[in-house]
Amino acid sequence: MTTNTPQAPHMTDHLDLLESHAIFILREVVAECERPVLLFSGGKDSAVLLHLAAKAFAPQQLPFPVMHIDTGQNFPEVLEFRDRAAERINARLIVAKVQDTIDQNKVADPGPMGSRNRLQTITLLDAITDNSFDAAFGGARRDEDKARAKERILSFRDHFGQWDPRKQRPELWQLYQGKVNPGEHLRAFPLSDWTELDIWQYIEREEMDLPSIYFAHERDVVLRDNMWLAVGPFVEPRKTETVERLTVRFRTVGDANCTGAVISVAVTLSEIIDEVSVANVSERGATRADDRFSETAMEDRKREGYF
Amino acid sequence: MKTAHKDLLRLATVGSVDDGKSTLIGRLLVDTRQLFDDQLDAVAAASEKRGVGDLDLSFVTDGLRAEREQGITIDVAYRYATTPSRKFIIADCPGHEQYTRNMATGASTADLALVVLDVAHGLKEQSRRHLCIAALLGVRTIVVAVNKMDEVDWSESAYLGVVNEIEILAKELGFESVTSIPVSALLGDNVVEHSENTPWYTGPTVLHALETSEAGSWTTTHEGARLPIQWVLRQPGGGRTYAGMLNGSSLHVGDRIRLLPANIETTITAINSGSGPTDTATAGLSIDIALKADTDAGRGDMLATLPLPTITKDFEATICWFGDAPLHVGQRLRLKHTTKVTPVRVNAIGGVVDIATLSVNETAFLSTNEIGIATLHTADSLVVDDYRDNRVTGSFVLIDEVTNATVAAGMVGRAAFL
Repeated sequence: MTTNTPQAPHMTDHLDLLESHAIFILREVVAECERPVLLFSGGKDSAVLLHLAAKAFAPQQLPFPVMHIDTGQNFPEVLEFRDRAAERINARLIVAKVQDTIDQNKVADPGPMGSRNRLQTITLLDAITDNSFDAAFGGARRDEDKARAKERILSFRDHFGQWDPRKQRPELWQLYQGKVNPGEHLRAFPLSDWTELDIWQYIEREEMDLPSIYFAHERDVVLRDNMWLAVGPFVEPRKTETVERLTVRFRTVGDANCTGAVISVAVTLSEIIDEVSVANVSERGATRADDRFSETAMEDRKREGYF
Repeated sequence: MKTAHKDLLRLATVGSVDDGKSTLIGRLLVDTRQLFDDQLDAVAAASEKRGVGDLDLSFVTDGLRAEREQGITIDVAYRYATTPSRKFIIADCPGHEQYTRNMATGASTADLALVVLDVAHGLKEQSRRHLCIAALLGVRTIVVAVNKMDEVDWSESAYLGVVNEIEILAKELGFESVTSIPVSALLGDNVVEHSENTPWYTGPTVLHALETSEAGSWTTTHEGARLPIQWVLRQPGGGRTYAGMLNGSSLHVGDRIRLLPANIETTITAINSGSGPTDTATAGLSIDIALKADTDAGRGDMLATLPLPTITKDFEATICWFGDAPLHVGQRLRLKHTTKVTPVRVNAIGGVVDIATLSVNETAFLSTNEIGIATLHTADSLVVDDYRDNRVTGSFVLIDEVTNATVAAGMVGRAAFL
């Protein structure tokens, strides 16, 4: 970064640098690995990741497929977005279903209302093995959780899909090296250094499409474990709970039965950015039941092979 | 508080185990209100559960189960902070010698090192090792927090004793800017607010020093542009563009540029960035460019402007060795430099650095976590700059051919202090 370039027409800002870094990582992994895949949930982070992947290889098509691990407990708006987003860039979409894992008796059925959060790890690892993927891009960010804050951008997984935080490869400079032996794989996180605010500012700058549930809307909700859960096929009100119709939006998108809504009137990206800028509670703390199991819920799931 | 158009400072903590690096970062984040309420509550709950007081600030970054059990940092934690003037990416690094590879990981991308020293112990061997690695990696600016001042009764003479030690070493290692500050990370003195316990100290707080330090040790002293080719993009109609991340000076449409190692000169006819076609691209941007000549260029080649880098298969380098078994002469490894991977052989080991004296002594091998000088021979030609001129084209890693583990950080050439 030389200092004598005053005539530069466009001042490079931090979003340009984050975008460039992510594109660099996407290209390195594709160049070094045999069969990458991009994990796509339909949430805002994976939407940004898909957007960056399309940019990294334009005008060519994505040199890898896009895969959704479908728990069967999704918000319908998110599934619509998933299909729309993949179709827009003509990406090949693989849907791996947790229901199939249950039907094959690989895991016990937790029932229609039970959480399938941990089961999806099995579905994910099976899909990686079945397709011989050696690298899986994910939209995880280090500011989301204290275990993610510790993870490399290219994160090595052994034959069992496990992450061993004591044995991470050194990752020096921007020399990402992605070679693995057969049966092992990498998780690659191009958005590692992005914060929640960066994501929203980038979505606004790029005028990106998102699932409608990210914007304020009216919905029937119940208060459970201090979270507003959307009443629907996966959340039935219990006897002690009162259904309320409130104006809410979702700050993260996971399964319908473990993702809470936040009370909000933000209907535009700029209003969301204002809200995120002054938030007192983290996005996962506010809205994710799956992180509340224990002190190290994310680390424990990551060790097993979770996203 | 929309934060576009702020500059970005990457910093890494440096220093020995138990001198208080994680506690200082925890204190900085808490006192500048970077933590959400639920994150702070979680740290308080974990502290209580483990019987370490109301709020163990090290738990802000020490997030792994084993780290909290043992009260140490095992691997780097990355944290993000924003103040009205700057965005920060903070790499909180482990202090144990055993985890030197992780410290090097955190420091390799840092603009600035935040050195933490226990005032009662001064510069331990591990502090010297970390400072030496930070200097080798090209960090030019250090902020030194002389910590645990509360344990020496805020003694100015104890503080000045440590400052004297660090200034001598910093001069030897060639750091360009050194700011020392007496602090108590535990109590918060001189971290964000000035302390009443150190009336004799009139310099900046840690936060102020970080906000006003020059960003950009990554600045290349070299004036040439460097574009290692990552990927070739085929354009509709049959043309090609060459994609990569630019470093060094800017590129403009119409510039003469040379393809290396083939040594073909041509002209840039178009530049695309993430935001579309552009006439100019600056360092740090991922771009793809079209060339006038129809050349056989691909991944591993480099496009460069004057002054040109060196094309070589044999070169001297400074090595930080992380392998479990020693590095010896004749050993075969894989080397990754920019976007090029090639087999490499160790032709000679020129010496090992004695951390205590910074002298280079004769040796037959390098043990885990040792720093040494080696002469390498690669199968394919590399296009390199000296590391002190360019951190991107002067750096490489060595990879174990069987396990694929990264076993060394390498820098082309030799630092002035070695």
